[in-house]
Amino acid sequence: MKSPALRAFLIWLAATLIGLFIALNSRFSADMSFFLPSKPTPEQQVLVEQLKTGAVTRMLMLAITDGEARQRAAVSRELHRHLVDSGLFVSVQNGDSKRLDADRDLLIAHRYQLSPAIAPGRFTVDGLRSAIADSIGMLASPAGVLLKPFFTRDPTGEVVELLTGLGNPRQPASREGVWASRDGERAMLIVQTRTDGADTDGQETAINTIRQAFDNSAQAVGISGLGLTLSGPGHFAVQSRGKIKQEIFTLSLISSTAIIFVLALVYRRPRPIVLSLLPIISGIVAGVAAVGLAYGTVFGITVGFGAALIGESVDYSTYYFMQSGRLGLATWRERFWPTIHLGVTTSICGFGCLLLSGFPGLAQLGLYSLAGVGAAALVTRYTLPHLAGSIAPVNVSPRIDQGIDRAIDWLQKLRWPVLALALVATVWLASERDELWHPDLSVLSTVNEEEARLDGDLRADLEAPDSRYLVVVNGPDREAALAAAERAGRELDKLVEAGVIAGYDSPARFLPSQATQFARRAALPEPDQLRQRLETALADLPLSASRLDAFIADIAAARTAPPLTRDDLAGSNLALAVDALTLQRKQGWSVMLPLHPTEDADFYIPTERVRTALAGTGGLFIDLKGEFDKLYGSYLSEAIVLSLAGVAGILLMLAWSLRSPRRVATVTLPLILAVIFVIAGLHLLGERLHLLHLIGLLLIVAVGSNYTLFFDRDARQPEPAPEIRASMGIATLTTAMGFGTLALSSVPVLKAVGLTVGPGAIISLLLAAMFVPRSQH
Amino acid sequence: MIKLLSTGLLLGLLGFPAFAAFDIAQLMEALASHPGGKASFVETRHLALLDAPLVSRGEMRYSPPDRLEKRTLEPTPETLILDHDRLTLERGKQKLLIDLASQPQAMAFVDSIRGTLAGKREALERNYALHLAGSADDWTLSLHPSDPQIAEFVLRIDVSGSGGQVTTIEYLQADGDRSSMRITPLDTP
Repeated sequence: MKSPALRAFLIWLAATLIGLFIALNSRFSADMSFFLPSKPTPEQQVLVEQLKTGAVTRMLMLAITDGEARQRAAVSRELHRHLVDSGLFVSVQNGDSKRLDADRDLLIAHRYQLSPAIAPGRFTVDGLRSAIADSIGMLASPAGVLLKPFFTRDPTGEVVELLTGLGNPRQPASREGVWASRDGERAMLIVQTRTDGADTDGQETAINTIRQAFDNSAQAVGISGLGLTLSGPGHFAVQSRGKIKQEIFTLSLISSTAIIFVLALVYRRPRPIVLSLLPIISGIVAGVAAVGLAYGTVFGITVGFGAALIGESVDYSTYYFMQSGRLGLATWRERFWPTIHLGVTTSICGFGCLLLSGFPGLAQLGLYSLAGVGAAALVTRYTLPHLAGSIAPVNVSPRIDQGIDRAIDWLQKLRWPVLALALVATVWLASERDELWHPDLSVLSTVNEEEARLDGDLRADLEAPDSRYLVVVNGPDREAALAAAERAGRELDKLVEAGVIAGYDSPARFLPSQATQFARRAALPEPDQLRQRLETALADLPLSASRLDAFIADIAAARTAPPLTRDDLAGSNLALAVDALTLQRKQGWSVMLPLHPTEDADFYIPTERVRTALAGTGGLFIDLKGEFDKLYGSYLSEAIVLSLAGVAGILLMLAWSLRSPRRVATVTLPLILAVIFVIAGLHLLGERLHLLHLIGLLLIVAVGSNYTLFFDRDARQPEPAPEIRASMGIATLTTAMGFGTLALSSVPVLKAVGLTVGPGAIISLLLAAMFVPRSQH
Repeated sequence: MIKLLSTGLLLGLLGFPAFAAFDIAQLMEALASHPGGKASFVETRHLALLDAPLVSRGEMRYSPPDRLEKRTLEPTPETLILDHDRLTLERGKQKLLIDLASQPQAMAFVDSIRGTLAGKREALERNYALHLAGSADDWTLSLHPSDPQIAEFVLRIDVSGSGGQVTTIEYLQADGDRSSMRITPLDTP
């Protein structure tokens, strides 16, 4: 190897190793943050927080399957212990009745601080009479058995007020004293990870810990044959990351093998084949490294998408190896490099627009493509020639060349029919324009139907509905935020009464603001006063005041008790409920109040009604799904604008360098037609277009412009150059293979790109052959 | 005449075993064939806590074998609905929903009524020792809890009736409190 070659190789190697180092140190993620806006509105901010750190995304649902109910319950209890000991979870719940008893005892002990029924009139003669009469009635009812043990301490029924006021009356079913599925065939647990939902690595650790703990638990209690199923946002993120990783590996292997096979057929020598891999590797490394540097986290989808760029980055070396053999390097650089250069510039121009996107996923794809295509082109231009040595001309046999000629002749006769077809397709698409786009962000999700169904089942079993509706209130400190939650709560109570919502959760139920606690304390009478009032109040009731000494003592104690604090709740499920719904931020505190929709309204909550009710309370009502849909809608329209800008940029670039309206028109027409045909084809197949299809279309224009430019170049050759057309055929084939392989993916987003660009590349080549005028020679 | 006589004889023969030894199987059969319907009830509870018994009145509707509705009208309106394994209790604004499958004790308690009304012997014998006294027209079925956890609450349940119709249910609780419910069938619409 000559020294310039060695130097070129060493430079390449050094650059690639640095890129590789950066790439390997980047974090890879596959969670929902791919979809989160970089410049959120206040509502979207809540969405982002919920998805990154919110309790909802830190929740995992566990189901112990198979075996007997008794065995499942035993493992559930043991697993509970193991998980709590692991320290990875802020909450582990299995509905163990003993723990629920502890919660109930806490509620009873603090009932005079917690009961919403305590107001100034509650312990007057009239208030006592009506409350106690009510309790006596309750005592006579079937629920009386539960109340009897506490009756003399709590004759006014504050505990009943507390328990029935808890909003969501539904509890999961239970068997053998622990939570079970509705059919009783699975023991259920619900855990909340300490790590954020957006931390896929942390979620993976948590899930592995759960599986390990399950095995250990089953072993510890000596039971075998039970199974563990789990679901939840973290599980989805971990799974889809694994799936994307696996698919990227498989699909890259398939496409590289196919491409290398094609190259082997063409070159029939190992050296150009091996060298063709350099731009590919450079492109991938540069893409990942650029994204890693710019964003810190690389989304799995970005890498998957990038793998398809293999097919495009190999094009440059294909042009080089096939075209420079006969003409020599200098002539190639002079005649052909400008065309490739223009092609690369148009591609970069197209992708560059995506960088402006407020949708981080899209911006990443843009940056990845830009860096990848740029690196591949640079390596082809500056590194390959040094390493390639003398390039043997690729002999295109006259028979093949004539065949190509005849094919182009035949294609060019089809110009008018194809134009007519394009017109029909355009009219049809215009009439179907409302049906073209998928309105829902869920289409980008990597969760498949089976997983979604399992998730729905577990949610239903745990009575844990998707928290779609939220009210958020803020305050400078926890006290203020809790007070704000109580203000909003009073308005929500009216909505519950009116049947607009079924109920809501609030941390203020278990941890009322100090002001509320003081107000309740002020309503508690002195012991002597209470005794007198009871005498009068009980005159007509079948209960003598002498039995209520425990009640009088409890009230007396409550009058001097310090206010209830978060620390008093420590270790209970009540503390978990409070913590899950309060959030400390850099500035102040936020409180979340999840709303429960009513079954009658088909689990829908009218946004305007709630917003009006909350006006003036500082409560912000958010419909997370609505917010998501809006977000997706804004991404989509933004992406359409950016793609159009990208296309406009490409056209400008062409106009500027070709300097002839006629040439620009002939170079552009095939691209526009290709886009129309691809959209029509996808629509015909029943595919609803989404963001990634759009990116695919942009790619078609970027890739296709290379072909049309080369046809245009070919027409201007002083003498026939059969290797130009042959090299284009090969380049198209490899591009179609690279992207087409993505169509095999089970990840919808990647599949969309494959379905769009794979056929699109071939169609644009054919159209370029059809519409670009022939050479005169 | 002979025909009439022999018919009478035949009827007598058929009826004879029932009178001779009215057993649980026969009672269960009679109960199971009860078509359900509406009844009024008066329930009297004696609680040690209270100085006077509590009396409540209302209506019941039984749709065999799995739905029982008990509407208390006086003194405080209250609705209790038992549908399969779901027990719903509504009192004014308060609503309690209990999944019986989750609460074995409550289930056993409910089964004492439901099993009797539907004539399901196995359901009853799962948790209680049965003792039957009286005749088909005037029987009393005593249920003694066999599960110690149930025995903590209930000492004995006495159900009496005539034919397939239950007329009184008496609960004797472990703490000495007791309640009795008298049931009068209303004309089924």
